Amino acid sequence: MRRSLARTIAIHLALQVAVVVTLYPVLWVLKMAFTPSQSFSLSPSPWPETVSLQNFREITTPLFFRQAANSLLVAAAVTVVGIALSATAAYALSRFRFPGRGLTLRGFLLSQMFPGVVTSIPLYVLLDKLGLLDHLAGLVLVYATTSIPFCTFMLKGFFDGLPRELEEAVLLDGGTRWDAFFRVALPLSRPAIAVTALFSFLTAWNEFILAALFMNAPKSFTLPVQLQRYVGDYATEWGHFAAGAVLVSIPVMALFLALERHLVGGLTSGAVKG
Amino acid sequence: MSARRLAPLIALVLAWPAVAEATTVRVWHAYRADEEKALAILARRYEAQHPGVTIDLVALPYDAYAYKLESAIPLGNGPDLFIAAHETLGERAKAGLVTPLGDVTADEAAAFLPHTVEPLRYDGQLYGLPLGAKSLALFYRTDLLPRAPETTDELFTVKQKGVTPLAYETASAFYHAAWLHAYGGRLLDENRRPQLGRPESVRALEAVYALQKEKLIPEDATSTLAARLFNDGKAAAVMNGPWFAGEIDPGVPYRVAPLPRVSATGQPLAPLLTIEGVFLAARARAPKEALDFARALASTDGAIVRARTGRQVVATRAAWDDPEVQKGADLLAFRAQLDSVVPMPNGRELSLSWEPIQRALRRTLRGAAPAARALADADAEILARLRPPPPPGRSLPFALVLSAFALAGAVLLVVRAQKTDGGVAPALRRVAREARTARGAYAALAPAWIAMALLVFVPFAVGAGMSLYHHQDGHWTFVGWGNFLDILLCRDGDVWSPLSFWYTLVVTVAWTAINVLFHVAIGVTLALLLRDPYLRARGLYRVLLIIPWAVPSYITALTWRGMFHRQFGAINGILVWLGAEPVSWFAKFSTAFAANVATNVWLGFPFMMVVTLGALSRIPKELEEAAALDGATGWQRLRHVVLPLVLPAMLPAIVLGAVWTFNMFNVIFLVSGGEPDGATEILVSQAYRWAFTRGHQYGYAAAYAVLIFLLLALQSALTRRREEA
Repeated sequence: MRRSLARTIAIHLALQVAVVVTLYPVLWVLKMAFTPSQSFSLSPSPWPETVSLQNFREITTPLFFRQAANSLLVAAAVTVVGIALSATAAYALSRFRFPGRGLTLRGFLLSQMFPGVVTSIPLYVLLDKLGLLDHLAGLVLVYATTSIPFCTFMLKGFFDGLPRELEEAVLLDGGTRWDAFFRVALPLSRPAIAVTALFSFLTAWNEFILAALFMNAPKSFTLPVQLQRYVGDYATEWGHFAAGAVLVSIPVMALFLALERHLVGGLTSGAVKG
Repeated sequence: MSARRLAPLIALVLAWPAVAEATTVRVWHAYRADEEKALAILARRYEAQHPGVTIDLVALPYDAYAYKLESAIPLGNGPDLFIAAHETLGERAKAGLVTPLGDVTADEAAAFLPHTVEPLRYDGQLYGLPLGAKSLALFYRTDLLPRAPETTDELFTVKQKGVTPLAYETASAFYHAAWLHAYGGRLLDENRRPQLGRPESVRALEAVYALQKEKLIPEDATSTLAARLFNDGKAAAVMNGPWFAGEIDPGVPYRVAPLPRVSATGQPLAPLLTIEGVFLAARARAPKEALDFARALASTDGAIVRARTGRQVVATRAAWDDPEVQKGADLLAFRAQLDSVVPMPNGRELSLSWEPIQRALRRTLRGAAPAARALADADAEILARLRPPPPPGRSLPFALVLSAFALAGAVLLVVRAQKTDGGVAPALRRVAREARTARGAYAALAPAWIAMALLVFVPFAVGAGMSLYHHQDGHWTFVGWGNFLDILLCRDGDVWSPLSFWYTLVVTVAWTAINVLFHVAIGVTLALLLRDPYLRARGLYRVLLIIPWAVPSYITALTWRGMFHRQFGAINGILVWLGAEPVSWFAKFSTAFAANVATNVWLGFPFMMVVTLGALSRIPKELEEAAALDGATGWQRLRHVVLPLVLPAMLPAIVLGAVWTFNMFNVIFLVSGGEPDGATEILVSQAYRWAFTRGHQYGYAAAYAVLIFLLLALQSALTRRREEA
């Protein structure tokens, strides 16, 4: 399809307006991060008057890197565990009709409706009984289960839309259901997997309340816990918090950059014609 | 063998048990920066002096601190010692989270400054040793005020263009208390009952309102604004605590002094006093060693380190004789302030009072209600919160109701089996047959099921069960439907008040609908624009547009709040530049609600955009090309080809997005904070307030959570029925 020049310019213009509106508030975060002061920036201008790396230098202690490693480990594990559990679940829900299917779907939806306000204490007691308190594994399990329902729905929706013919061909060739799942359904669902991967990663990446509740040693804290430490009872170290927020956002953007190209055309034309 | 030869052996024997039983004293705190450094120095010093004892310091975020203590201590996972402010001691003592120390002798008590030991006592028992004393004092710029003002009249003589004499967080009860006390008022009377409606309290608030009208203190002032004005030389003085020193820009000439006397009453501005104590936790594993370390912290030597390195206003008297400490002018000013302070009451009554008092202050200061009425309303609200719990219920009716439900469910199943398979036995056989053929599906689902059942549904069931109980100070009483009746019948006030369940429900529904509409509209539009594979810099646009999702929302939400500030916010800046009047965003429901929505739309559209991008990739290009060849215009292709294919794939995200928005409390907390007068609260933010800022009424909060759940479940069941019909 050919696009007219005017149309291309209009699209760029619209996107640039969206980018400006999106980034405008973030400029204050950058300003606070690069200004060597701990006060909250309250001014109409988002440009820093002095630029310094002092805040970044002050927060990047050895403990910071240790906690960054914890965070990466937890978020990566949540992504892998979350997708593994929800992809198999979604495939079963999409391809089979069995007693309990409707109940499962409804249960997954209902699980998102109960506010977390009073569930963290029972969860704490439960993890204590399971011996998972103060282990990153406990955190991974808790985060992964929070992300399962969305990931399952997202992937199931995608599987539902895939043409069955390709999988049937695998089965006819003597392959098993697992072959059909791994060799056909999963590769074709790259866009949905990219979305769920980003979602699972972020579920784990920015959470601090449960992490602070379940972990007992500074060296096993995740980064958001450390970030929240800059918020005190009476005063907040805004410069440090903003610098930390900037650093915390970088891996997310890197991950998105890596996933972004999978968001296009999971279906090749050959696959559809079948 | 000579005694000298034996000495090493004896030393070894004496040291042996200590080495063998290396004890760890776990200390939890929320200190930062210099105070944390001082604590670490003292811990290492203590370890050097006491071989065999390890001091394990754990620094926690303040936001998670109280909750963590409350969860961990009863299970024996807590610390041996923890450092905390005294005002929540009453609740902790009643909940059994702290252990009494036994009493200190008169001599020991005399080692501490006046007012610093008493607050650590509750019901006659001493629970902690005082470390630091925190109160407000006056920070003043020496270029605007040559010397510390003795009286408020002297302070308010600063008359330079564009300079306010005094700035502080006017709407905060903690700061306002200084004025209240100077006019002879108190937050609570001797019986810990609210007494804000008294003439003294009314006069204090009227005086502050008058100052604001005369522009002697700024309007709508938060600590952030006060810091900003002070740093820019637009405020001559700031009323704030020791922590404020960290917010002053380098190069600003300032000093600290005790707060001046109020000229109208002749009494000094007397701020509230917080004592930071070190407390012995219940179920401590090494109580003896812990207590010894606590004494070391509170000792003169310990206090000198905390004063010198930690810049702490220490409670230990002798530390103030140290020459180095004597040189700290700021510290000495805070110490002098201790002569006119009012220690905070340490029972639950105070923690229940903050929110109503804050509301009264805001109402009066923005001119919405006279001081007398606002304060009388606050009294009524506090009394409503202090009301006795619902009467204890009997559990028999509940067992009966539950059995009736179970029975009805079983009957329903049998009836259905009769209808579909002609009997229970054939139905079971059919289910078993179907289940056997789908064994693979069960295997695939099993891990997700187990994880969800254990980590989501069990806590959920326990949480729902809590709604039948009343929680106060760590004790649970069965009250049956009491909490639900209180909520649904609006026993805390009338139906039209912003705090009632029904009012909040309407706001919540509007909040959810508007947010989801914008999320989907913006997300889909951007994704459609970003779909073109030949678009230049497509990857760059995409990455830039997901930034709101990537940056921690705590800071960006507060940035939005800053942008809506009446005087310094960027939004009003733009409005003025366009020739419009500046808006007081949080003074009216409509604008405060709009500010919340703007923030949440900004935070949430990237998710919908990414989901749409994923869904768009399903559309075979041939389909669109075919439509184009058939002469369909761009809009027709969008309406009849793209959207019908994309929307079903997005449906789960939209449904879940709506559920999440319904339960999205942090934007409400961080942006409008419920202003004005709690009108922009949503159901879940109310639940959080009942659980955490209104006296830990977990049962009541759980009842809110159950109602939220039922509403959402009902709504989804109704939609399903409509779709199936």
